[in-house]
Parts: sequence; structure tokens; C-alpha cells
Amino acid sequence: MSTPMSTHAVHPVHSSEPLLSVRDLRVTFGRRGEQPFKAVDGISFDVRPGQTVGLVGESGCGKSVTSLAIMGLLPTRGNTVEGSAVFDGEDLLRLSPGQMRDRRGREIAMIFQDPLSSLNPVVQIGRQVTEVMERHQGLSRKEAMPKAAELLERVGIPDPKARLVNYPHQLSGGMRQRALIAMALACKPRLLIADEPTTALDVTIQAQILALLKELVVETGTALVMITHDLGVVAGLCDEVNVLYGGRIVERGDRHTLFSRPRHPYTVGLLNSIPRLDAPRGEALSPIPGSVADNLPWDSACAFAPRCPNALDVCVQQTPEWEGDDVVGLRCFNPMGVSR
Amino acid sequence: MLRFVLRRLIQMVGVVLVLSVLVFVWLRSLPGGPVSALLGERGTPERRAALEKALGLDQPLPVQYLRYMERAVQGDFGVSTKVLPGEDALDIFFARLPATIELSFFALVIAIALGIPLGYLAARRKGTPLDTTTVIFSLVGVAVPVFFTGFLLKYFFAVEWNLLPVSGRQSTGLDATRVTGLFVLDGILTREWDAAWDALKHLVLPAVALATIPFAVIFRITRASVLDVLDEDYVRTAEAKGLTAQVIRGRHVLRNAILPVVTTVGLQVGALLSGAVLTETVFSIRGIGDALATAFRDKDYPVLQVLIIAAAAIYVLVNLLVDIAYAVIDPRIRTR
Ligand SMILES: Nc1ncnc2c1ncn2[C@@H]1O[C@H](COP(=O)(O)OP(=O)(O)OP(=O)(O)O)[C@@H](O)[C@H]1O
Ligand code: SF4
Ligand SMILES: [Mg+2]
Repeated sequence: MSTPMSTHAVHPVHSSEPLLSVRDLRVTFGRRGEQPFKAVDGISFDVRPGQTVGLVGESGCGKSVTSLAIMGLLPTRGNTVEGSAVFDGEDLLRLSPGQMRDRRGREIAMIFQDPLSSLNPVVQIGRQVTEVMERHQGLSRKEAMPKAAELLERVGIPDPKARLVNYPHQLSGGMRQRALIAMALACKPRLLIADEPTTALDVTIQAQILALLKELVVETGTALVMITHDLGVVAGLCDEVNVLYGGRIVERGDRHTLFSRPRHPYTVGLLNSIPRLDAPRGEALSPIPGSVADNLPWDSACAFAPRCPNALDVCVQQTPEWEGDDVVGLRCFNPMGVSR
Repeated sequence: MLRFVLRRLIQMVGVVLVLSVLVFVWLRSLPGGPVSALLGERGTPERRAALEKALGLDQPLPVQYLRYMERAVQGDFGVSTKVLPGEDALDIFFARLPATIELSFFALVIAIALGIPLGYLAARRKGTPLDTTTVIFSLVGVAVPVFFTGFLLKYFFAVEWNLLPVSGRQSTGLDATRVTGLFVLDGILTREWDAAWDALKHLVLPAVALATIPFAVIFRITRASVLDVLDEDYVRTAEAKGLTAQVIRGRHVLRNAILPVVTTVGLQVGALLSGAVLTETVFSIRGIGDALATAFRDKDYPVLQVLIIAAAAIYVLVNLLVDIAYAVIDPRIRTR
């Protein structure tokens, strides 16, 4: 495919209008009487058409909650969502459930971490693909079936016609994730959110799925939000990377800058904990000491301070503010020097 | 699949055989016996001995059992010892079967028709008054004995308010044609609508009484199962596809949530059979349960044996059917 559209996708024009613009998103859990818990604490980022944006951070930093909030898929009770997520001129957070239903699967699609549990075990793969098209494109099941076979073929599932009548347990893990990708792309959404799509897969399969995603976003011009705890995944895929810590973005930059000159101590920690194939055997990775349980509240400190090798006195007394814009930025009192 | 069914059928024969031995021995270990029941006060030792001999009860137990089985495989399950010469035990079973089938069927329909939708609703509205009320109601349903529910229903709806018949299966004086022995069905088949209506009215109270426990169990399993499924990732996937609420409810939630319910329904057939004994007694319905109660009082060994073994066979058979149904609706089993 070499339409103008795909050319545009290969070279995202950063000055173009954002497709999705998330501003000061906050998600607080906790029912009345409970201590409220800020899972997402003021996150802002933009996604432009055709662009791939990474959200990276350790477990529990609010990646999934961010994506579910944008999709309108958080539980109906027990949380409050504030801020805005403007998609194509409309604030998704202000749409009615019915309006959101019309957009999910058609304009914005999502793929999840565990392909087996994310597929309905008692419904054939073909049906699970066609149902999206039946819903959003007004096709009958019969009309949608051949399209489903094409989609399965497109995502690299061999013998797609036979797979249509298979059930999820009859497919391998990699094939299941491919099927989920097919479902997500069935209606040619403009935005795809992938929440750790490779975490549950073998390393070799991981690479294949990432390559497929990359190929598809280039081909279709779909914007992609890639959620992962693994900076290695981001390396090959994302144009822009946002590093999350404790529900806030602590560093943002384009992939090359972030990898070659990381400035936030947490980003550096994440980079040092990527397993390297060329590392001498027996040399331990250097994971970041401590855990998210040590976090300080952002209100009056840097949440990362208890684990930070660069921490200063000011870090536990004041909130480091965001310095930057929607392309690059940093939240740190004492960032790493350029000559690390 | 065929091998699965065959294996289960063989297992079933084994279960029924073992059970027949247990029932045989158990009945004969109970105090009293057909001789005492028949002779009562008039039982001189000579007459007792003669009667015992006539019934074959003077033989050692293993011999009695083998003789019984020898005839049983030829379809002869002995005659009732209630009065001599008694009715054929198997005939009694078949004569009583339709009433129990009709009663249990209606009870099961009520239990399923209320239990599954209410279970679904309670799960969707977890923690609301609807949920709490139905949960309490179902707890009461399990705890209260069937005969008590039966008496209560009978007292109010039949005796006090005179809304429904007190007992029996059909009003006397109705000259209804018999086809299957299922009175409601007979009325429909022969277009004797008044007979069908009359039989249906007779069924309501006993069926409701008998349905309480299966309803409560089905309700609770459905509720728990729907709650589990609602938390499943594939329901979130379905939501992420923007599917309509109906499709998510039917194809993604209920189709999965129903699986444990199906197994439960099979197990409830046991509860229905034991509940039928009490219900039939309370409402004077001449079904298997009623026959069982009578035969037990008379220590009518042949009839008791047929009824208990047949009930067990029905139970095992129904569960086999349920397992087949389960395999059909759960592709993970079917296509393994
Ligand atoms: N429904 C909920 N109720 C209460 N707390 C929640 C809920 N969902 C998530 N959380 C909390 O919000 C925080 C962020 O969760 P989230 O799932 O977004 O993390 P994550 O970054 O996706 O991590 P992971 O890598 O483990 O997927 C966690 O501390 C989690 O316990
Ligand atoms: S603000 Fe201070 S504690 Fe936080 S990351 Fe920067 S140096 Fe470390
Ligand atoms: Mg997550």
C-alpha cells in the first residue's frame, strides 16, 4: 500500500492536530469512608494521527487505569475520573455510555495483555471477529465472515478459513494475540491502545507480535498507544515515550533522545534493568531498589525520592513540577547530567 | 463423544448394580418386614414361617439376591407383598411414574424460569435491595423443609382462600381421556382443555412447593457464576468492541455463566426426587414418592427395590444427559 495516507503515517507530522489529547487525567479509587487512592494523578499527553506513543512504567503506576479511563471501561462505581480526553474534537470523558459504545471498536480499539483470558472461550474465533463488523458496519454475519478470514490472514494466521470455526483453546498463544489484533483492527480504528500485548507471550512470539503491530500501524495509519513495563518493547516501536511513575508522567521524549540521554533517574533505572543479551553471564541486572510501596505522596514531595539515587533534601519537601511541553519534558529536581 | 457416552453407560450399570446390593441388604436389616406387616397381630410362628418360605425370605441373603437378580434381568422384579397375590412391582412403578414426572418437570421449569433470570439480575444489581431480597429469599428457600412449604401453601391458597385445589391431580368426576398419564399433556393432546386446565391448577401448589429448593440453588449458582463471568477479561474485550448490551449479556456473559448452572440442574434432579416423596404425600398425589412412602410402611421389599433402584437409575441417567449437554455447549470439552 503506498497511498498518500500511508506515507503520512510513516513520517508523522508532529505539527498536525492531535488525534487524542489527554489533559490532566485523574482517576481516584475509593468508596465513601475509604482513603481515596489516586491511581492516575494528572496525566497529559497527545497522540497524533499515525504516531506511536509509549506509556512505560513499573507495575501499578497507572498504565492500565489510564487506558481504561480513556476507553470508558473503568468499573461504573467506586472511582472518579477527572480531566479530559479529547478525541477528534470530542471529550470522551463527557460522552454518554451509549455514545462511547458507538466509538469503541470503531474509532478506538484496544488489545489486552492475556490473549487467552481476553477471548470468549465458548465462541468461535470467526464470530468474535465478525461481531465487531456486525455491530459497527451493519454487516450481516454472512457478509462479515469472508472479511474476518481476510483479517486473520492479514495478521498472519495460517489457514484462516479453518481457524474461523476454531475456539480460542485450539489456538496457540501467539495466534490468539493475532486474532485479538484482527478483532481490534476489523473496523479500521483511528486509534489503537495496546495494553502490554506481549507480556503473556514467549520471547520469540513477542518479537513477532511487535513486528506485526509495527507493520500494521504503518500500513493503516492507525495511531497506537503502546503500554508496557518493558522499555525494550518501546525501543523498536514508539516515536514518543512517556515514562510514568506513581500515576504521573516523569519524563517524555522521542525514543532516540530518551534512550541515548535519559535525564530522569527513574528512566535510567528502567534502562539499566533491561536484560541485555550481550551482558556477561552472572552479571546481575540492576533493578531499581525498593518498590512502589515506598512512594511518597506527590502533593508534597517527589514520589520516587525514597528509591532515587539522586535525591536531594528538596525532593522530600516539594513537588517537582513538569518542565516541558507536549513533546519533551521532565519532572525532576536533580536530573542525570548529560555526561552520565 | 460416543466413547464418552458408552463409558458413562457402563459406569451407570455398575452404579445401579452396587446400589441394588446396598438396597437389598439395607431393607432386610430394618426391623419388621413384609411378614410382620402382612400378618400383624395374627402372626403365629407357623403362619410366619410358612409365609416367609412362600416369599423366599427363609433363604440366606446372597441366595435371595441372586434369585432376585436372575429374575430381574428377565424383567421380573417380583410382586408387591402388600396384599397377596400382589401387583407386579414394575407395573406399580410405571403406573406411578407419570405423576412424578409431571410434578418434577413443572417444579424444575419453575425453578429454572425464576432462578436463572433472577440470578442474573441479582448479579447485575449486586448490593441493591433486589439482590439482597432475592438472596434472603433463596436462603429461606433452602432452609425450610419441603413438606412445611407444602403445608403452608396448601393452607393458605387452597384451604383459607380457596384459590386452588387442595389435593390430587385432577377433580373427581372429570371424565378425562388418558394417553400418556401426564394429565396436562393428555388434556392438550385430546383437546380436552377443561381437563388440562384442571390438572394444571392441581399442579401449581405442589410444583411450587417442590420447586423452592431447586430454585434457591439454581438462583444462587447463577448469581455467583454471573458475578464471576462479569469480572472476566473477555467481557471487557466485548465492551472494548463496543458491542450492544444485549450481545454482551447473551453471547458473552450468559453463555459462559450458564455452564455451572447446567451441572447444578442435573444434581437438582436428586433433590426433586427426594422432595417429591414429601410433596406427593402432602398433596395426595399418587406418584412414585407416594408409592415409596406406602411401600416403606408395608415393608414391601420388591416394590421398594424397584422404586429405589429406578429412581437412582433415573438420577444417573439425567446426569449423563446433563454431562452430554455440557459437552455440547462447552467447546473446550467437545473439541478436546
Ligand atoms: N478497580 C480498582 N479499584 C481500586 N484500585 C485499582 C483498581 N484498578 C486499579 N487499581 C489500582 O490502581 C493502580 C494502578 O493500576 P494499573 O492497573 O493502572 O497499573 P498498571 O500500571 O497497569 O500495572 P501493571 O503493569 O501491573 O498492569 C494500582 O495500584 C491498582 O491497585
Ligand atoms: S525529584 Fe529528586 S527524588 Fe525525584 S527523581 Fe528527581 S532527583 Fe530523584
Ligand atoms: Mg496493567
